[in-house]
Amino acid sequence: MSDLTHAEDIKKHVRVYISVFVALGVLTIVTVGVAYLELPIVPALIVALTIATAKGTLVALYFMHLISEEKVIRWLVGMSLGLLLTMFVLLTIYYYDQGGGILAGF
Amino acid sequence: MADHVSAVDGHNGRDDHHHESFWRRYVFSTDHKVIGIQYGITALLFLLFGFTLMMLMRWQLAYPGEPLPFIGNLFSDETMPGGVMLPEFYNQLGAMHGTIMVFLGVVPLAVGAFGNYIVPLQIGAPDMAFPKLNMASYWCYFAGGVVMLSSFFVPAGAAKAGWTSYTPLASIETMGQTMWLFGMILLITSSLLGAVNFLTTIIQLRADGMTFMRMPFFVWAQFITSFLLLLAFPPLEAASVLQLMDRLLDTSFFMPSGLIISGEVADAAGGGSPLLWQHLFWFLAHPEVYVLILPAMGIVTEIIANNTRKPIWGYKVLVYAIVFLGFMSFIVWAHHMFITGMGTVMSTFFQTTTMIISIPSVIILTALFITLWGGSIRFTTPMLFALGFLPMFGIGGLTGLPLGLAPTDIPLHDTYYVIGHFHYVVAPGSILALLGGVYYWFPKVTGKQMNDVLGKIHFWGTIICMNFIFFPMFIQGMAGVSRRLYDGGQIYEHAQGVLYLNEVMSIAAWLLFVFQIPFIVNLVMSIARGKKANDNVWEATTLEWAAAPSPPVPHGNFQKLPRVYRGPYEYSHPNYQADYWPQHATPEEQREPAGV
Amino acid sequence: MNIPYTVTARPDTGVYNAKVGVWLFLASEVMLFGGLFSAYIFLRIGAPEWPGTILGHQYARASDILNVPLATLNTMVLIASSVTMVMSWASLAMNRFDRYRLYMGATIGLGFVFLVIKAFEYGSKFEHHLLPAEHNFMGIYFTLTGLHALHVIGGIIVNSYFWGPGARMWKTDPKRFTNRIEVAGLYWHFVDLVWIFLFPTIYLL
Repeated sequence: MSDLTHAEDIKKHVRVYISVFVALGVLTIVTVGVAYLELPIVPALIVALTIATAKGTLVALYFMHLISEEKVIRWLVGMSLGLLLTMFVLLTIYYYDQGGGILAGF
Repeated sequence: MADHVSAVDGHNGRDDHHHESFWRRYVFSTDHKVIGIQYGITALLFLLFGFTLMMLMRWQLAYPGEPLPFIGNLFSDETMPGGVMLPEFYNQLGAMHGTIMVFLGVVPLAVGAFGNYIVPLQIGAPDMAFPKLNMASYWCYFAGGVVMLSSFFVPAGAAKAGWTSYTPLASIETMGQTMWLFGMILLITSSLLGAVNFLTTIIQLRADGMTFMRMPFFVWAQFITSFLLLLAFPPLEAASVLQLMDRLLDTSFFMPSGLIISGEVADAAGGGSPLLWQHLFWFLAHPEVYVLILPAMGIVTEIIANNTRKPIWGYKVLVYAIVFLGFMSFIVWAHHMFITGMGTVMSTFFQTTTMIISIPSVIILTALFITLWGGSIRFTTPMLFALGFLPMFGIGGLTGLPLGLAPTDIPLHDTYYVIGHFHYVVAPGSILALLGGVYYWFPKVTGKQMNDVLGKIHFWGTIICMNFIFFPMFIQGMAGVSRRLYDGGQIYEHAQGVLYLNEVMSIAAWLLFVFQIPFIVNLVMSIARGKKANDNVWEATTLEWAAAPSPPVPHGNFQKLPRVYRGPYEYSHPNYQADYWPQHATPEEQREPAGV
Repeated sequence: MNIPYTVTARPDTGVYNAKVGVWLFLASEVMLFGGLFSAYIFLRIGAPEWPGTILGHQYARASDILNVPLATLNTMVLIASSVTMVMSWASLAMNRFDRYRLYMGATIGLGFVFLVIKAFEYGSKFEHHLLPAEHNFMGIYFTLTGLHALHVIGGIIVNSYFWGPGARMWKTDPKRFTNRIEVAGLYWHFVDLVWIFLFPTIYLL
């Protein structure tokens, strides 16, 4: 169901929006806090990306209504993300397979 | 509800009380049919222009260093002093020939013209989902074309680092390259807006009863093509922005450290990667070649079904094949980069995916061939073009196989073999199909018929000349003649034995132009005083023929939006007397089977 | 001539046209920023150190050269603007045009705040001559945040139109107007989403 017209439904959703906002605020503080720990790159990367993914998921599911969206939209989102990840993975493997060597720059 | 009851505002069908000005009606129209024609005319003109660039190049290749009589004197001293082509000008012609043919010619014709005009009609829609966006797409394309053409007139001329604009050469090129980048951004924007429109239209505006599996294969082809455009173009847009920054703001995205240019170390921060450009470029450019071929396959399918009076063999298989092809096209790009020092894991991966992607193409070609078996073949002019496409695409596809495997690609990369391969798929491949599409749909668009004799002369002349141009390229390539050589290979001792072919190919190219004259004359004559065509001259089943007049109703296409009851290729159905059963004919109109 | 399903949803897909259109557009935007992120990944893994030496200074971490507190503030500003954006749509769905005006105004305002903070950030970089040409770190920083900022500007323009002259449609076709705000909201949330990934990647890692 994607057409929200009933006022009561909306009021429920407003409560969700506020909760998500609070969660996003907390996660932002956490991610900055972790950065101050100055972890080595691999754990830092994993933590930062996990938190960012969590935040992004909240925005997508609740602000962008993906949680109640139709199949056609969800398929589209899934395919785009799949392609994006494929592009990242292939480029990274390409670099190392070419002899890009050790994790340079970190 | 008021949303979709009638296609036209209740006024008796024809919208003849419209007070639109000339500009709103013919220039800034939001009607997909007008926009389709705009794309068509512009694209055909660009194809002609791109062809002219090549005909100039072929003089230099056939007779290196010799002045071009008469025409040569029209050029400036910066390009052809004394009628002799300078290498810098040759490179401009080469880069712009590729760019114009691909981005200003074939794709706008295949997608912008045919797609725009035919898709809403074939799915039973009154127009595209976003008519104003459609108009914006056309004018964006037009603007991109203006920028590209203007680049010839800036100091040092147009882009000359190939249509592939490899860095770091492109990064240090003259102003024409900057204009190429801006032009590309405009063209990419046009394609993206168009893709959004096509996909939304096909998903949302199919008529009642027009399920996905009842869509003509042409619509499926445009559907997948639009996905490719939507998802593959943006990385090239990103890369173009990065190259613009390298050129205008002195960044080093693609500038490696310590690069030496003309004996001096380049004044750049360095740390960049020329390979990064190649990755981002080919991430688009490989799906782009499927954008070039898929609409052509769609057109050929329509024409073959109609002219064999049989359903297409294996419609479901065709659909699965084209969907699979679309997915695979995103993960084969590095087969253009086998010689960049790729590691063995990646090389294996890309060779494998490239071999796999040839399978759906073969399936599609096979299904079309099998369709011919036992058909009542009508050798109409469009059918000649469609039939010609099949073996030509076969040659193009087969010659791609050695390029897709690294060991054989290594000696063939950047030789004339590659040029022969991709021209076979695009020229006697796509372009042949697109020309067939013009002959096929001309009566629908104009309500008039084209001359058959001129059409047949055009066909035979074109296909024969194309083979004489592109086949020798395989021979030259295997002999080791590199591409993009200003002197056509003269400098190589190992190439001397095949250099005579340069003149053969050039003469064939000029003859090819001569054979386009009957086509141009035919178009003009037929539009001016062609014989009137009835609404369904080809007796076709699909909605654009069976349910809409020729030409279709100006705003709304149909007198009444059709409802669909069957698949797109119900020819020679045992339960129906006529040998074609339109998609929208109601079941009650079923008549006695023939022979009872 | 009427285009079907501009306002009401098509029965089998369950959505109206503009919603499909905007999600398709967002898919292309994912690939656009994805292309730039790929460039960032490729350049970074190829660099011996990151940020490394810029204008003679050695920088061990991005936070040594970029202003993390300011960017954190900006992150919160953008997230807040996402909330006010979805609230503006919800207000319309509840038939409260006055609330819509309020929330949409807040969204636009917060968008401006984001840009102002960004201007301060950029200004400070320029003052220290930390230009894109100096090092790829600066190049990719300016390109990614710059393209993002351009998208913010685009969103502000669209939102302003819907706050101002575009709001006339509420009187004539309220359902269609509500849908337009939903679509504008999807774009704005996407811009927020990009920043959610951009911020840790560029500033914190």
